[in-house]
Amino acid sequence: MAILRVYGGRAGQLFVSAYERVLRSIPPLVLIFLFYFGIRTTVLEIPGFFAVALALGLCSSGYQSQIFRGALESVGSGQMDAARSLGMSRLEAIRSVIAPQALRFALPSWANELATMIKDTSLAFVVGVAELMRRTDYVRAATFDPVVPFLLVAGIYFAIVFPITRIAGTWGQERKRLVTGT
Amino acid sequence: MGPRKEAIGDRHLTKVVSVRDVWKSYGKVDVVRGVSFDVEEGTTTVIFGPSGAGKSTLLRCINMLHPPDRGTVFLRDIDLMRTGNKMNYYRSKFGMVFQHFNLFSHMTVLDNVMTGPKIVKKIPHDQAKAIALQALAKVRMKDWCNHYPSQLSGGQKQRAGIARALAMDPEVILFDEPTSALDPELIGEVLQTMLDLAKEKKTMICVTHEMGFAKAVASEMIFIDEGAVVETGSPEHFFTSPKSERTKRFLNRLTELYGRHENRQKEGSC
Repeated sequence: MAILRVYGGRAGQLFVSAYERVLRSIPPLVLIFLFYFGIRTTVLEIPGFFAVALALGLCSSGYQSQIFRGALESVGSGQMDAARSLGMSRLEAIRSVIAPQALRFALPSWANELATMIKDTSLAFVVGVAELMRRTDYVRAATFDPVVPFLLVAGIYFAIVFPITRIAGTWGQERKRLVTGT
Repeated sequence: MGPRKEAIGDRHLTKVVSVRDVWKSYGKVDVVRGVSFDVEEGTTTVIFGPSGAGKSTLLRCINMLHPPDRGTVFLRDIDLMRTGNKMNYYRSKFGMVFQHFNLFSHMTVLDNVMTGPKIVKKIPHDQAKAIALQALAKVRMKDWCNHYPSQLSGGQKQRAGIARALAMDPEVILFDEPTSALDPELIGEVLQTMLDLAKEKKTMICVTHEMGFAKAVASEMIFIDEGAVVETGSPEHFFTSPKSERTKRFLNRLTELYGRHENRQKEGSC
């Protein structure tokens, strides 16, 4: 998506920017309802888990596309010029010169987005998909204890998300330092 | 275009590049306006002129990095505007050295130089490495091959940039103000490398304001202003009897600048 936005010419740019704009303006919960109830009742009887995954994926893609676009643009046109001057095609240049650098720039923000999405999976609760939140709620109902199960679940989310942001953050910083020399 | 060999005296010269009435505009601004010239094999052509005159754009038109709007460029017999999907292939016949180096910052110096042969020419890794090391030896950068660009001085970066161009074994090397972004004390090593290449009879087209370099190796100089050729001739012609007023003024400016520059260096040394 981001490659289309930066190098895709006028039509590609318009399409992607519309795509990003629409998806980023819709709350994930609305998308989940739309997919879970909308698609399952009208188009196809897909499993609830699948509907939620699709909704969250689409929602996140709007943000991810933006992240990678920023990263691609930060690579600078001189790199493209140099790669093309060696005789590379546009695609070869993106693959071997532009993308590897852009990924390094994108990594920290991309990890953030990943973390947000993991946390957003708790929204699947509302349509009855048995994810972490729903199961915790079963425990709450069975034990009549509202505090401990939810504290535990907070801890679990933290344990999943924290390493991701942490590792991506330090790794990204290190690579960036090597590349930019700061 | 007819046979592209011409007898001049008893010497047979081969035209490697022929620029024919090249026009290029960005938006509504004509940056290059009808430039034509020829480059003979094994010679150095120096293009100079005020900033914004369209020199860099002209170079990018020559290797079809930004194909011209009108006119064309011949590489020997080949009309580069009619190469279609082989344009990338013919572009690889031109080496290019940039003002801001444009080294691939995520790669070591060695990988920078190897990338062209490997990806464009599909040469196997070991062989590409040998080619790259040879090119790096030529610019005296072999010892730095495992460093990243951010760990190098400007002069070293530019020499690595020259090695990257050399590794493709190009027919012509285009230099786009290769020393303009360098500290004064680093210019020398880059110019020396370029002088070596000129002596080896590499065909070069250099956009530069280094008049000492031009005097030493240029067989032809082209003064460009406002996108068009103002005056063409040998270095002797330019330094003794330039015709146009515009050329004279510009050359005087350069001398003035370099004169002042030398004084400043002397002051600095005491």
